[in-house]
Amino acid sequence: MAYDKFTILSSTAVPMPIENVDTDQIIPARFLKATKREGFGDNLFRDWRYNNDESPKQDFVLNNPTYSGSILVGGRNFGSGSSREHAAWAIYDYGFRCVISSFFADIFKGNSLNIGILPVTVSPEFLDKIFLAIEADPKAEIEVNLPEQKVTIVASGESEDFTINGYKKNNMLNGFDDIDYLQSMKGEIAAFAEKSLY
Amino acid sequence: MNNPTTLFDKVWDAHVVRKIEDGPDVFLIDRHFIHEVTSPVAFLGLESRGIGVLYSERTFATADHNTPTINQHLPVQDPLSANQLQQLETNSAKYGISHWGLGHQKNGIVHVVGPENGITLPGMTIVCGDSHTSTHGAFGAIAFGIGTSEVEMVLSSQCIMQPKPKKMRVTINGKLGKGVTPKDVTLYIIAQLSAAGATGYFCEYAGEVFENMSMEGRMTVCNMSIEMGARGGMIAPDETTFAYLNGREQAPKGEAWDRAMAYWKTLKTDEGATFDLEYTYNAEDIEPQITYGTNPGLGTGISKNIPLATDVIDGEASYKKSLGYMGFAENESIIGKPIDYVFLGSCTNGRIEDFRAFASIVKGRKKADNVTAWLVPGSHVVEAQIKEEGILDILTEAGFLLRQPGCSACLAMNDDKIPAGKYAVSTSNRNFEGRQGPGSRTLLASPLVAAAAAVTGVVTDPRQFL
Ligand code: SF4
Repeated sequence: MAYDKFTILSSTAVPMPIENVDTDQIIPARFLKATKREGFGDNLFRDWRYNNDESPKQDFVLNNPTYSGSILVGGRNFGSGSSREHAAWAIYDYGFRCVISSFFADIFKGNSLNIGILPVTVSPEFLDKIFLAIEADPKAEIEVNLPEQKVTIVASGESEDFTINGYKKNNMLNGFDDIDYLQSMKGEIAAFAEKSLY
Repeated sequence: MNNPTTLFDKVWDAHVVRKIEDGPDVFLIDRHFIHEVTSPVAFLGLESRGIGVLYSERTFATADHNTPTINQHLPVQDPLSANQLQQLETNSAKYGISHWGLGHQKNGIVHVVGPENGITLPGMTIVCGDSHTSTHGAFGAIAFGIGTSEVEMVLSSQCIMQPKPKKMRVTINGKLGKGVTPKDVTLYIIAQLSAAGATGYFCEYAGEVFENMSMEGRMTVCNMSIEMGARGGMIAPDETTFAYLNGREQAPKGEAWDRAMAYWKTLKTDEGATFDLEYTYNAEDIEPQITYGTNPGLGTGISKNIPLATDVIDGEASYKKSLGYMGFAENESIIGKPIDYVFLGSCTNGRIEDFRAFASIVKGRKKADNVTAWLVPGSHVVEAQIKEEGILDILTEAGFLLRQPGCSACLAMNDDKIPAGKYAVSTSNRNFEGRQGPGSRTLLASPLVAAAAAVTGVVTDPRQFL
């Protein structure tokens, strides 16, 4: 599925300084029954966001109007657990385009890149600075510059570089996906696959 | 002479169709498993792009995640689940994919039925939209979980695009003590490394402990690799592997078998090959394990107390949140904690050996009154074995019921949900908040620990029953 191009995103951010946020929290299994990719944002962090009677949990950050924006800032080991791409869909559908953390689980990171969310890995020290900046001013702007591979806390001007491989960067900048790429090399794949043992 | 290489390199490199500079490898997939939950959107994607399935005979479909575990002969009640099952059937029929739906004699959990039918073979690359695809690494295959976009890639091109992970090896020598099972070995490793300790790596397991392990045990270990963050785990194929495969329906036969064997015997890490990371443990240090927190890294030997915040890798705030959710406190004993549910099943511990182990303890005893037990075989084949071997009689005698195959309470998508606040000793793979039902509290353990808890109603060291 094609997605919007990603170049420079400057936005306020939602802080979630919790470690090991797993994909079962991002989207609980009971919301995986849909057969279309629609409406997952409503159930993003469902059990952290709502009480059993469906009333919002006031102390959860997504229910706090002070915080908003299209960047989610999470603690270490974000996205661990299940391979469900629904987790990335829910984050995208809710309105986030970028997740910043000091450490991502592999599958979540791959899924995010495949659907147009930019996972940005920063050092633990810089992650703390971002959390502090948002704590000091919930409207603090964070700029994520993909062409330059740089993330900046706008008010203080502090920044850090991040890495992304050239292929994925090009995809994100242009809104391309891997399926387009693979379709373009089908002949080469078929020749290779015919020779394979299995 | 060639450079010494690892098992992982041998299999990975043989599947790279194209290397993209400063990008991922275009990676050929030999076998692809699909199920009802993570495939429908992939099929929709094919349709919206107007592309088809490239090699339908390399994909296998089974219904498992969202199926009821009682009365499977009746129509599925939940309309959303029924719709997913229907879509799997329709999509499989449309594209000519083998489909083992609900009630089919080969139906079961994807990672149980693949090996059972000889689909999983050494040296293969195997993917599925489920992170525990790592199970198949027990056969010396490279197997890992993928997202739905990648399911669409495999269907349409038999390839995915993957950066090659780094390599690590965990070696355990020595002999496992009484009551120490493969599940304990894997929970022990994860507790040492933490839930993120192997992220970015593909793990090979080596040493006496794994060499002496059955295929079922190896599957349990490789299954849990993802819980320390690894993309997958693998074990070099050996005589145990070949004996398991010989005669399985889809395994090669006759001359093809001999050719395959010649290749399979080359699938091992050469002397002198190097890894990016190595860990070595002693079998004697491992006792039956149990988790007390909300990620699989928060586990310990069953006789130990819950660690202090200062002794775990997770940050203090996260650790306290975790214990708060579980209703536990630092430094408490885990043994003796009352429990409400026992879940025996899942692709981690839903095989025949797991039922044999469970039965070995409940035999001649009675289920504790305060315990609700869900015993769910991984497949119809396992279910049949349980009956044939007389295990069902032992279970029934002890007051247990046997349910029908499926993922069940492992992810609680169907009706098998542990109620809020209740404690479950589970043989599955994840103890995340709400994983087994909103508000549920999971203690991961082996089938022996689960059995000991089921007959006593509290967390109990199973060694006293052996
Ligand atoms: S049993 Fe659990 S982990 Fe295994 S395939 Fe089913 S849901 Fe996934």
